[in-house]
Amino acid sequence: MEMSTRTEGAYTVVELKGEVDLHFSPGLRDRLLSELDDGHPVLVDLGEVGYMDSSGIASLVEAYQLARNNDLDFGLVGVKGPVLQVLQLSRLDKVFPIDATVDERISRDAG
Amino acid sequence: MTQTDPAPDTAQEVLIDVRGVVARYGHRLVLDGVDLEVHSGEIMVIMGVSGSGKSTLLRLMLGLKQPTRGSIRVMGHEVTRAGTRELYRLREQLGVAFQGGAMIGSLTIGENVSLPLTEHTDLDVRTIRIIARMKLEMMGLSDVEDMMPAQLSGGMLKRAGLARAIVGDPKILFFDEPSAGLDPVTAVELDERILLARRAMNLTIVVVTHELESAIKIADRIAVIQDGRVLETGTVEEIRASGDEHIQDMLHRRPRKETIDPDAYLDRLTK
Repeated sequence: MEMSTRTEGAYTVVELKGEVDLHFSPGLRDRLLSELDDGHPVLVDLGEVGYMDSSGIASLVEAYQLARNNDLDFGLVGVKGPVLQVLQLSRLDKVFPIDATVDERISRDAG
Repeated sequence: MTQTDPAPDTAQEVLIDVRGVVARYGHRLVLDGVDLEVHSGEIMVIMGVSGSGKSTLLRLMLGLKQPTRGSIRVMGHEVTRAGTRELYRLREQLGVAFQGGAMIGSLTIGENVSLPLTEHTDLDVRTIRIIARMKLEMMGLSDVEDMMPAQLSGGMLKRAGLARAIVGDPKILFFDEPSAGLDPVTAVELDERILLARRAMNLTIVVVTHELESAIKIADRIAVIQDGRVLETGTVEEIRASGDEHIQDMLHRRPRKETIDPDAYLDRLTK
């Protein structure tokens, strides 16, 4: 599992590659909560994630709630395949703001 | 014909391989040369009447009992020869929903469901709490987290037990008599949750049951066990079309024909 961050527009984009499981998810959680605690809106790019277990999903859930509590924007981009299926079956696809790409989210914000 | 979710394309990978297994309790022969394969992504239902040996087979697969003879490989691990540490690591990838739910009465439902993660991972307590709630929601159990097991109905306890069994995202889920003690409507609801768990988590599931309707609803394949032997393994359609008299008796709910060995009977009465 690889994790990198970059800035696009107002967002910190956290990009993940590989599989997110309980060995990696604590690091993901720490990164997301840290960015949000620093006041940065966050987008999580899941376009290169082939698998995410429940601990990874839970990290996204906790981060989104923190963002809402801090009045910060948060969203997921590039969600597809098994990750999308898990979100759909746990009904979290109705909870998270999800866009196809970072550009699409930024355009939506501007519109 | 009841439709089930089709097993994924990886169905041919063998996750559980049982070969020539013989098992006894004392002098009583319980399993007498069982061969069985469980493929990745499928729901395998092991069916049989009480005393057929099906629950013993489940215990053997989990390494809770050793066979007298034979081999059992689960996800590549030879369970019959595995040491304590290897079994421990293997069981971290398995989920088990026991008959009756097996909840700890002094813990809340949320604490019960969280227990596998609390005990076996270093995940933050808030992460564990979210995961437990997600699994309870998947089982249609919102707002029971703070309730005690004694406050739940039988059906709700079964679903909570299933939530606990899948809380750690296991590769294989074992379910022992899921419908036992449930009314027909609740049993159907539980069957739906089992199918949902398979879809949501790409699970391989082994179900031990004597409930025919449940087996037909959820099974990709059925293995019928009688008197410690596998009579036949096949899809629901193949089992329905079986020429085996015992299987047809089971499908049509005909009582077993009792046979008596006169000499043995006389010996039992007069010994």
